[in-house]
Amino acid sequence: MNDKAVYCTIVLVFLLAASAAGQELLPPLDVRTKDAPNDKGTSLLVIWKPSFSDTKGDKAVEGYQILRGTSPDGAFEPVGTAAKGDTLFTDHVPENGVDYYYRVRVLGPDGAFAESETGGPAQSKAQWFNTERGNALLAVIILVSAIIYFVYKAQSGRELYIRKIAGLEEVDNAVGRATEMGKKIVYIPGRQDMDNVQTIAAVLLLGRVARLAAEYETRLEVPNTRSMVMVSCREVVKEAFLKAGRPDAYREDDIHYITEDQFGFAAAVDGMMLRDRPAAVFYQGAFFAESLIFAETGNSIGAIQIAGTAQPAQLPFFVVACDYTLIGEELFAASAYLSKEPRLLGSLKGQDVGKFVTMAAISIGALLATLKSAGLFPADWVTTYTNFFLVR
Amino acid sequence: MRREIPLFITSVVGLIFIIRFFIPHEPFFSLENIAASWIQVIKAFAIWLGILNLLKVSLDKIYKKEKGWGYSGIIVFSFLAISIAGFFFPVWEGRPTGDSYIEHARKFQYPGTSFDWFYTYVYAPLSSTMFATLAFFIASASFRAFRARSFQATLLLLAGFVVMLGSVPVGNVIFGWLPQGWQVSEIADWVRNVPQVAGQRAIQIGIALGIISTSLRLILGIERSHLGGEA
Amino acid sequence: MNFWEKFALLDRRIIFAFIFLALAVPLFYTIRQPIPVSPEGQAYYEAIENLPAGSKVLLSFDFDPPSSPELQPMAEATFKQLFTKNCKLVVIGLWPQGPQQAEKALASALKDPRFADKKLEYGVDYANLGFMAGEDVVIQKMNSDLPGTFPSDYKGNATVSLPIMQGVKNYKNFDFVINFSSGFPGTREWVQFCVDRSGSKMIAGNTAVQAPENYPYFRSGQLLGLLAGMKGAAEYETVSNQPGKGISFMGAQSVSHLIVMLFVILGNIAFFVSRRKK
Repeated sequence: MNDKAVYCTIVLVFLLAASAAGQELLPPLDVRTKDAPNDKGTSLLVIWKPSFSDTKGDKAVEGYQILRGTSPDGAFEPVGTAAKGDTLFTDHVPENGVDYYYRVRVLGPDGAFAESETGGPAQSKAQWFNTERGNALLAVIILVSAIIYFVYKAQSGRELYIRKIAGLEEVDNAVGRATEMGKKIVYIPGRQDMDNVQTIAAVLLLGRVARLAAEYETRLEVPNTRSMVMVSCREVVKEAFLKAGRPDAYREDDIHYITEDQFGFAAAVDGMMLRDRPAAVFYQGAFFAESLIFAETGNSIGAIQIAGTAQPAQLPFFVVACDYTLIGEELFAASAYLSKEPRLLGSLKGQDVGKFVTMAAISIGALLATLKSAGLFPADWVTTYTNFFLVR
Repeated sequence: MRREIPLFITSVVGLIFIIRFFIPHEPFFSLENIAASWIQVIKAFAIWLGILNLLKVSLDKIYKKEKGWGYSGIIVFSFLAISIAGFFFPVWEGRPTGDSYIEHARKFQYPGTSFDWFYTYVYAPLSSTMFATLAFFIASASFRAFRARSFQATLLLLAGFVVMLGSVPVGNVIFGWLPQGWQVSEIADWVRNVPQVAGQRAIQIGIALGIISTSLRLILGIERSHLGGEA
Repeated sequence: MNFWEKFALLDRRIIFAFIFLALAVPLFYTIRQPIPVSPEGQAYYEAIENLPAGSKVLLSFDFDPPSSPELQPMAEATFKQLFTKNCKLVVIGLWPQGPQQAEKALASALKDPRFADKKLEYGVDYANLGFMAGEDVVIQKMNSDLPGTFPSDYKGNATVSLPIMQGVKNYKNFDFVINFSSGFPGTREWVQFCVDRSGSKMIAGNTAVQAPENYPYFRSGQLLGLLAGMKGAAEYETVSNQPGKGISFMGAQSVSHLIVMLFVILGNIAFFVSRRKK
């Protein structure tokens, strides 16, 4: 007799016994255990076939209890529970490289239970590569390769076309206008800390604006909500004034901290704008609900306003109330665009490769989904395609 | 070395954390927690840097009687009032007896404390008032900006009308005669869930690529002006 | 200049005055209007309704007082629905004022006479672990060590001493996650670092401005429900049959929307008249 036939016979005997007994629970079957994949170790997967009492539905099954031991004949202790209908449990074991054995009990009312045969052994171990993130690795390799390729190609001297960004073309004019009117420039580098890439982009652009302000001898004020951003802004502005040959014009107290509180900051900056009436205001970085408060106040005093943010929810407010707005990635391109440094421009080109790949993937997916809806393409192929892009 | 050391740290740490995303094995797995703890500590200490700067700038303005020094006086007074009241005059209901003073000070946010009084009756109304000004600013910005100057502007205007009407129950009351499936709230839901989501996704994809490119420039040391000086 | 040309240059303070009246006057009257429930709002309600009784739920309060008119009604109604299902609730805050907002919502929900017989006990049925600095870093850390990330609760008790926190190590020990947020850190960070990394099930309540950013997550199934602004609060109160401030404030919102639209229409008339004259 082969294994399958043996199992069926055992099951049949159990069924007959159970029907003879009337109310007995039947144990879960075929308990197997294996190492949980893609983790740092100390996890084992316990898999079983559900008890017939559970699948038949005519016995009061309350759930399952999983027991673990270090030898097949030794003591087993409970390590967790699973719900009725479950067939998988993840156990966090104390040590890697140790054999663990499992039994699964089906639980019934009044403490009744039926215990399975022992399954195992299995050892947990850590993996060196998370195979579920292979797709992310491929995307990173493609994008990074494209960026590095274009960075080094740009170094060879070939000119790269970058489209005009109106907001960045007007930076010079904004600083010039403030100089002519004899009023100051206000630069707000967003409300997030230095760990946010938008803030870094804002600080990079501040360097360019500070250089212009130094050359034109225009006062530049930078109110901050984060102290580390304040420190970075001071470094950048000080260096810009030094490079422009105007270290004496640098005023450290013009780059100052106000508060981390959202509306406290909004009130302070609004009050300063209404009293001092700056001629040019820059809003660059991450903003939230205070964006329209700033922009409308700046509009009411007649300042030229250039905004730039990667917060999609705030873009409409800036577009409506400011003279120029850098939308999303334009903020990240600002430093490269203004410096015209070949390596930085090359990175923008590499970014475009990533965009092209993304557009192609979305277009193919949309086409496949449309064909699937029309019954012209197998549904599981479309699922396979879309699942390829899931990152776990 | 003033710029080279930060660049080196940025590059090494940046690369390690990119690699860490793909390697679950120790020590890479614990790096995230370790870095997270370090960042929490740094951010907590950084708050003091800002507070001291705020006090210094405000006191300077008061001392030199610069333009707007009165507002700096209000800042210093408010800061001291809340700090002193919160830490040294905690008054709350049901204070347990026998606790040490330090234990009381740790619980300064409890309902019924002086700090909670300032929060409920001073800070919360002031914050809410500033947020409320948005309602007025949105109205004035809409009046100024929503003009049908071109085809795209007209389309934006109509979409705005539909979403505004669909966002409040009165839209369905006024246009209740429209057939099911074409109610204003349903059209507004469609505008929010289809074209709006499509536009948001496109912008977010562009932003994500921009973040990757900027981060790579920082890790490779191509972009250095944030450390002071040109790239 | 004729009337329309002058109207095009209307002083913004006149607009402010009309908006003030549009918002303030309806608060003194009861305006009854049918509240249609959006698919996202219905999904939010059903996600909680489908929770097994006694589920353990993690709630994150990531907002401050300015956003409380929109988010506080949602939070109160959510607490009531969860208490009705005998769920165990653990509250945290990634914004400094979050835990205090949570305390207010809890206090309001516990006053409901339906829960007087349940004798809900702090530390057993619900707990407030307070605020932790670190923003999105805190969400990441909780993936591996939640008690270590919040070592003590809002009242200074050790987290591990609370009965509700027994056996809790990370998100996998919670059946559900609910986030109320109005900015950063908020729903997007929770989706990125909690839902995507640990597979948790999550719903969210956002301010009306922030919600459009998170509709893609609802469409993709990463969020199982989403409430947007005060209308979202009104929808949830309607579908869960718990009338509150969300529904009562919708009258003022309706009138103010109509006033803004009226000004936009009149502004466009003024624009076309002026353009034709030129």
